[in-house]
Amino acid sequence: MSTQTPDTDETDPQAERMARKEERAAEREEASSTPDVGEDAITLKVFRYDPEVAEKQEPRFDTFHVPREPGITVLDALIYARDTYDSSLTFRHSCRQAVCGSDALFINGSQRLGCQTQVADLSNSDTVRVEPLPHREVVKDLVVDMDHFYDQMDAVEPYFSPTEEPDGEQLQSRENREKIKMSTRCIWCGACMSSCNVAAGDNQYLGPAAINKAYRFYFDEREDDERQEERLKIIEQEHGVWRCQTQFSCTTVCPKDIPLTEHIQELKREAVKSNLKFW
Amino acid sequence: MYEHDVIVVGGGGAGLRAAIGAHEAGADVAIVTKLHPVRSHTGAAEGGINAALREGDDWELHAYDTVKGGDYITDAPAAETLAQDAPDNVVQLENWGMPFSREEDGRMSQRPFGGLSFPRTTYAGAETGHHLLHTLYEQVVKRGITVYDEWYVTRVAVTDEDDPNDRECYGCVAWDIQTGEIAGFRGREGTILATGGDGQVFDHTTNAVANTADGVAMAYRAGVPIEDMEFVQFHPTTLPSTGVLISEGTRGEGGILYNSEGERLMFEYGYATNDGELASRDVVSRGELTEINAGRGVDDEYVHLDMRHLGEERIMDRLENILHLAEDFEGVDGLENPMPVKPGHHYEMGGVETNEHGETCIDGLYAVGEVACVSVHGSNRLGGNALPELLVFGARAGKHAAGEDLGEPEIPVGKTDDAEGIEESDVDFPVEPGALAASSAVVSGDTPEEVVETAREAETERIEGLLEKEEGVNHAEVRSKIQKSMTANVNVFREESAIEDSLETIREAREEYQDVYVADKSRTFNTDLQHTIETRNVIDAAETIAMGALAREEFRGAHWRKEYQERRDDEWLKHTMISWNDGTPELWYRPALLEGENQTYEPKERHY
Repeated sequence: MSTQTPDTDETDPQAERMARKEERAAEREEASSTPDVGEDAITLKVFRYDPEVAEKQEPRFDTFHVPREPGITVLDALIYARDTYDSSLTFRHSCRQAVCGSDALFINGSQRLGCQTQVADLSNSDTVRVEPLPHREVVKDLVVDMDHFYDQMDAVEPYFSPTEEPDGEQLQSRENREKIKMSTRCIWCGACMSSCNVAAGDNQYLGPAAINKAYRFYFDEREDDERQEERLKIIEQEHGVWRCQTQFSCTTVCPKDIPLTEHIQELKREAVKSNLKFW
Repeated sequence: MYEHDVIVVGGGGAGLRAAIGAHEAGADVAIVTKLHPVRSHTGAAEGGINAALREGDDWELHAYDTVKGGDYITDAPAAETLAQDAPDNVVQLENWGMPFSREEDGRMSQRPFGGLSFPRTTYAGAETGHHLLHTLYEQVVKRGITVYDEWYVTRVAVTDEDDPNDRECYGCVAWDIQTGEIAGFRGREGTILATGGDGQVFDHTTNAVANTADGVAMAYRAGVPIEDMEFVQFHPTTLPSTGVLISEGTRGEGGILYNSEGERLMFEYGYATNDGELASRDVVSRGELTEINAGRGVDDEYVHLDMRHLGEERIMDRLENILHLAEDFEGVDGLENPMPVKPGHHYEMGGVETNEHGETCIDGLYAVGEVACVSVHGSNRLGGNALPELLVFGARAGKHAAGEDLGEPEIPVGKTDDAEGIEESDVDFPVEPGALAASSAVVSGDTPEEVVETAREAETERIEGLLEKEEGVNHAEVRSKIQKSMTANVNVFREESAIEDSLETIREAREEYQDVYVADKSRTFNTDLQHTIETRNVIDAAETIAMGALAREEFRGAHWRKEYQERRDDEWLKHTMISWNDGTPELWYRPALLEGENQTYEPKERHY
C-alpha cells in the first residue's frame, strides 16, 4: 500500500501540539468563565457524592446552568453539564430512548427516566433538582447500587421454565399474549422499587418489579399448572405479595405504564384461590 | 486473575446467545460486560427476526434476498448459514418463552420487511429486541452463568508473533467500573467479542452512548483484519431531533413516506417503483435525502412517515411502541399526525473479520454480532437480519469455543500467503493513517497466564497514565470533532475531497488524544475515564470507515460515491480489509464468495 507522507518534517510535532494545547486551554478558560447559556437558562441542581474525594465525601448539591433548547430532556441537561463544566459528574445512561432502564433518577421529587423527561414538562421547569434514586445505596453522584434490585428479581426465578421442555413451536393465544403484554415491558429501571414505602421499610420485600416478573410467567399459558403452583409459593412468602399496601406509587412512577399494583392484587387473588382449593 | 473456559465480552444479544451456546456445550463460561446485560442496545431493536419458518418460504429464498440486499458482496456461505440456522433459533427463543406477537391460530406472527421476497420477519410488537434481550438474559440467569457486569474490557490478551495468523488469544483485561480494579481474565478455550456497534462515530445515530466500537478497536490493534467498514447503514426513518429509531415495521405494516409536496416520493420520483417504501434501506435513505436536497423536504430537513390510515386498532396491536417513541422524543402523536423522519446512522455492516464459526485469524479469539463481519450483510444489511445474525453466529461461536465440532469453515480468515485472490491496495491517503508512533496491543509470555498478566500490566500502565495527567484535553472535545466530521463527510452521499477532509480531521484528533487527561481522579465509578478510553476506540473505527470509503471507487449498497455512481463488478466484487500492522495500517482486498451450496449468486442489477 502506498500512502502519501510529508517529504520533510521541519516543525517539531511536540512543540506544535503544545501550542495547540495552550490555545485550547485558553478557549476553554474563556468558555467556562462566560458560558453563553442564554437568559432563560435552566438551573440544574445535582446531588454530588464520592466516597473517595475529600470535598465530595459530604453529600452536596452543585448548580449548573444549561441552555434551554427546545425539547431538552433532563438527561440532555446532565450531559451538557458534564461535557461543559465538570467531567466528573457521574450518572448511568445508554440508549437515550427509554428502553435500557439505566437512567432512573429522582427528578424534582419523583422517580423518572432522565431521557424520557422533558424539562418543559416539569411543573417547575426553571429549577431542576436531580438526585439518585431514594432508598438505594449511593455509589457516586447519581449512581446507585442496583445489586439488591437484581437480587430481588432473581428471587422470583425470572425465567420461562415449563416442567417439560417444549418440542417445536408452542402455540399461544392472542388473548394470553395480551394478558401478559404489559408485564413484559419492564426495563428493570428500579423506579418502582425506589418509590415503594413498603420496600423502604422491608429490605426483603420482593418489590413491584420482581412480583410483576412473576406475574409475567404465572399467567403465561405456555407454562404448566405444576410450575404455576411453584411460582405462587415464591410470591406468597412472608416478604411477597401480601406486603403490598396498594398505595399505587409504583404504578404512578413506572415509565412503561405497567399497572404494577393491579398485577400484585391479581396475584393475591390467585394465591387465595389456590389456597381455597385445599380446604 | 479470573479464569473460565470461555470469556464472552459484551452482554447484548450476541454475547448472551454465545454464552448460552458455550454453556450448553459444557463450558464454564463468564460474560464480562461494561453494562448490565439488560442495558445493552439489542433492547432497542424494534422490527423483528427474519427466519424462513412458514410454508411457501425456504432458506434459499432468505439467503438469496440477503445476498441481493448486500449488493453481491455478501459471502454466500455466511448468508446460507444464517438462512439455514435462523428458523431453529427463532423456535428456540419461542421455547424459552419469548412473547412473540401471535396469529389467530396461536402461531408466531411474521410481517413484510424491506427487500424480502416473503413476509418472514418474526416479531414481538415493535419491541422485538427488548423481548429478545430479556428472554436471553433470563436463560442466562436460569443456567447460573457468571456475569461480571459493569466491567469494561479494554484489551485482549494476545501473543506477539510477527504474523497475526500465528498469534494466540488467552483472554482479556478488564477494568471494574465500580471499584477501579484492573484484572486479567483468562479464557482457557476462547474469548468471544460481542461488543456491538460503533454509533458514537457519528452524531446522529440510533445507537446508544455505549456503542463505541470497543471490539473492533481491540481486535484491530491485536492484528485481526477489519473488514468492509465503509459500509455503514443509514436507517431511513429516525426522529430528526434525537436519532431515535422508528421501526421499518411501520412501513412493513403499510406506513407511507411523503415529501413536503405531499407526494409519495418512493414512487413519484422512481427510487423504487415496485416496492416503494419497502425497498432496501440504502435505497430509501438515498431517496429521502435526494428529496430533501432538491428542496422537497419538510422544513428542509426531513420527510413525513404517515401511518394514520392503518387505524388505531392495528397500530396499538403491532406498533404501539412507535406511538410512545414519537410522542416522548419528538412530541408528535402518530395517530393524529404524520411523523417527521430522516436518515440516521444505524448499523455497521463491517467489523472484525471472522468465518462462519465466529473465529478470527487469531487462535482463541472470536467475534459475533454487530462487531463482527462474517460477512453476512455485504454492503447493506436487510432489516430483520441483525437479530438472526446474533442468534445464529452467537450460538455457533459459543459452541465452537467450547469445543464442539462444526466442520471445516468455508470462509477464509487472515492474510495468508496461500489465500486466493488477495490484492494489495494502491490508494493514496492525504495523511498517514494509524498510530503516531509504532504501536500494537500484543505481548509476549511463556505461559498463557503470563500473557494475560503482562497484558494486564500494560493496560494498567495506560490507564494510570491517563489518570496521572494533571491537565490537558477533555476527551469529549476530541470525540465531538470526529462525530461532526464523519456526519458531515462520510454520510449517505460521499465524495473524495470530503472523505479526505475527514481523514485529516481524524489525524488531528489522534494528535489531540495524545494530550487527553481525565479530570476525575476517583477510582469509584469513573465514567470520565471510561469515556476517555472509549474515545480512542471511536477514533480507530472512524479511521477505518473513512479509509474504506476513500478506497472504494464505486457505488455499492450503502456506499455511494459522487465520482463513481455505478456498481463496478469487474473490479469491486471484493472486501476491503485493513490490518493495523503495528500502527501503520495496510489496506488490502479479499474476493467476495458468491459460490453457494446449490447455486452461484450472479450479480444482477438491483431493483426494488
